[in-house]
Amino acid sequence: MGERIMVTGNYSAAYGSKLSRAQVVAAYPITPQTTVVEKIAEFVSEGYMDTKYIKVESEHSAMAACIAASNTGARAFTATSAHGLALMHELLMWACGARTPIVMANVNRAMGPPWSVWADHQDSVAQRDTGWIQFYAESNQEVLDMIIQCYKVAEDPDVMLPAMVNEDAFFLSHTYEAVELPDQELVDEFLPPFEPKEKLDIDDPKGFGSLVMPEQYYEFRYKIAQAMDNARHKIRKVDKEFKEKFGRGYGGLVEFYKCDDAEVALIVAGTAASTAKEVVDYERAQGRKVGLARIRAFRPFPYEEMRILAKRIPIIGVIDRSITFGFGGAMFAEVKSAIYNSEHSPAIKDYFTGIGGRDITPAVVTIIIDDLYNVAENGLDKEIVYVDVIGGDL
Amino acid sequence: MGKITIPEEELMSSGHVGCHGCGAVLAMRYVLKGLGKKTIMSIPACCWAVMPGVWPHRALEIPLLNTAFETTGASISGIRAALDALGKEDITVVGFAGDGGTADIGIQALSGMVERSTNAIYIMYDNEAYMNTGIQRSSATPRGAWTTTTPVGTQGTWKKNPKKNLMDIMVAHKIPYAATASIAYPEDLIRKLTKAKEIQGPKFIHIYAPCPTGWRLAPELGVDIARLAVATKAFFVYEVENGVYKINLQPKDKPLSEYIKLQGRFRHLSEEQINELQKAVDWEWERLQKLEKFTQALYKRS
Repeated sequence: MGERIMVTGNYSAAYGSKLSRAQVVAAYPITPQTTVVEKIAEFVSEGYMDTKYIKVESEHSAMAACIAASNTGARAFTATSAHGLALMHELLMWACGARTPIVMANVNRAMGPPWSVWADHQDSVAQRDTGWIQFYAESNQEVLDMIIQCYKVAEDPDVMLPAMVNEDAFFLSHTYEAVELPDQELVDEFLPPFEPKEKLDIDDPKGFGSLVMPEQYYEFRYKIAQAMDNARHKIRKVDKEFKEKFGRGYGGLVEFYKCDDAEVALIVAGTAASTAKEVVDYERAQGRKVGLARIRAFRPFPYEEMRILAKRIPIIGVIDRSITFGFGGAMFAEVKSAIYNSEHSPAIKDYFTGIGGRDITPAVVTIIIDDLYNVAENGLDKEIVYVDVIGGDL
Repeated sequence: MGKITIPEEELMSSGHVGCHGCGAVLAMRYVLKGLGKKTIMSIPACCWAVMPGVWPHRALEIPLLNTAFETTGASISGIRAALDALGKEDITVVGFAGDGGTADIGIQALSGMVERSTNAIYIMYDNEAYMNTGIQRSSATPRGAWTTTTPVGTQGTWKKNPKKNLMDIMVAHKIPYAATASIAYPEDLIRKLTKAKEIQGPKFIHIYAPCPTGWRLAPELGVDIARLAVATKAFFVYEVENGVYKINLQPKDKPLSEYIKLQGRFRHLSEEQINELQKAVDWEWERLQKLEKFTQALYKRS
């Protein structure tokens, strides 16, 4: 057993990078991520962490420096949030194309304007197509554990893709929870040093990212698509290995909570799952068989798990904590498209809520569950609804 | 036979896809002669992003990292940090970017890299416009020049703004070493790289690299125009070490019009307008001489 300490989600992220022995950290401060970089600066200044910490002048440069460091053969880490992540967008694409297994903690924060520093998933959901593995954490322990797991997945020779661990602003980033720090020795056994097959090497000079013609470019992209598919299996495998070593596992891409006999199920990502699980327990005590599936990996998307859910449960409600303007939320669209070509066709309804830090309270979750039972009785009336907003549907 | 003053080692092989008479080709060749094999280079979007050739071919025999347009400074900070973390401190890290990638879109990352004292060399090869994309003006395009985004037209909308002075900006960062160099003077250029390699901290080299295609100049005049640029005060060759200026090449007493009139990009300029440009370079030259005198006097005093 490792030491148990009280830490915030941001400190957990910093500890995760330290335990993973990140060799290069390049980061730029942004609320509410700041305490991640402050903690790393403290680790370095106290001699607790042997890393080269590059104090860059923007998030764009943070990611550019991480990519260069990773291509040079060093394990790289960064952390950001919202506008910082958006500024990185070009380099997020680059990190994927360059096949650099950088791990990043992103504190999920709403995008301005109007300014908001509070939680929703717009920032990371908008980066869906950049080729990053994306996880959404529910607890501070999961933030720490997933950073370690992410390096193992990302650096796998069959993957070699960057990975992002998302934590909800303030709900995790600034909230103290008891977290077990795994023993460094065990982490070292679990996560060997980063040894990329190809790197910038004066004894074996190669070019990285050179111009390619149309007859080659698609081949590179196809390999990335395959790598992302490989990641799907590696995530499950690494989570199992992690559980064997540290006694904690998260269920791979999706955590199923009381789904086996459920009449209706909620699909949710991030900290709202904790509240929703409480409500599920309460509802079950009242006789309503409610289940919950927590999406941990948004990329690669757990389509197989969604099909298993669809097989068992006829009514599914998806909570979207970001808005994809023009149609349903991204989580809803993904769930629906994962299930569509399977032989099962449950009713799937989209619930927008928790935008810009608005709490997803037990009352809000109950409203959604009531509505799902309404769908069970009366059929699917409206596919996409806005909950807990003036002029909204519920 | 005379003494060979330029290293014989070639780290740029044949097969580059530069235009005829390209100054950036010579710049790269001399830079690599100056730096040698133990070098890792980062190149952003610019002519040289394309010129090494299409994958899997590569005309550069050093490890090469392509990076996004505006990221050269950050990229070389990343390479250096990784090399330091891996205990490979004796490798030279160099960024090789164009004038647009340096003076415009990449200036933030460059400033950051210099301010945080990355031990690396940043080279700006200056062909005075966005040449890879087809001759659009940059902030390094000189006053008076035609480009595709400063067309002359009927309204005379050629570039009216002065060329941004990157050396001044670098000196303001208190950079340990900054120098200008020209492809017409390879010994001077190579000496500066050899020197930069030995200095700890950030280094900046501004290399004048004529672009016959974009300057509307006969390709065989690439080196001649570079010599004329120095002779006519269109380009000054000097270095600044810890704030102390040293002029390396003296201009000859030639009028700027000799330089101007060889290039199609200036063909619209009237005698009067050329005279204005002459006054501007005279002023700049006087300023540089005074800076040299002033900073050298300060240095002696300290």
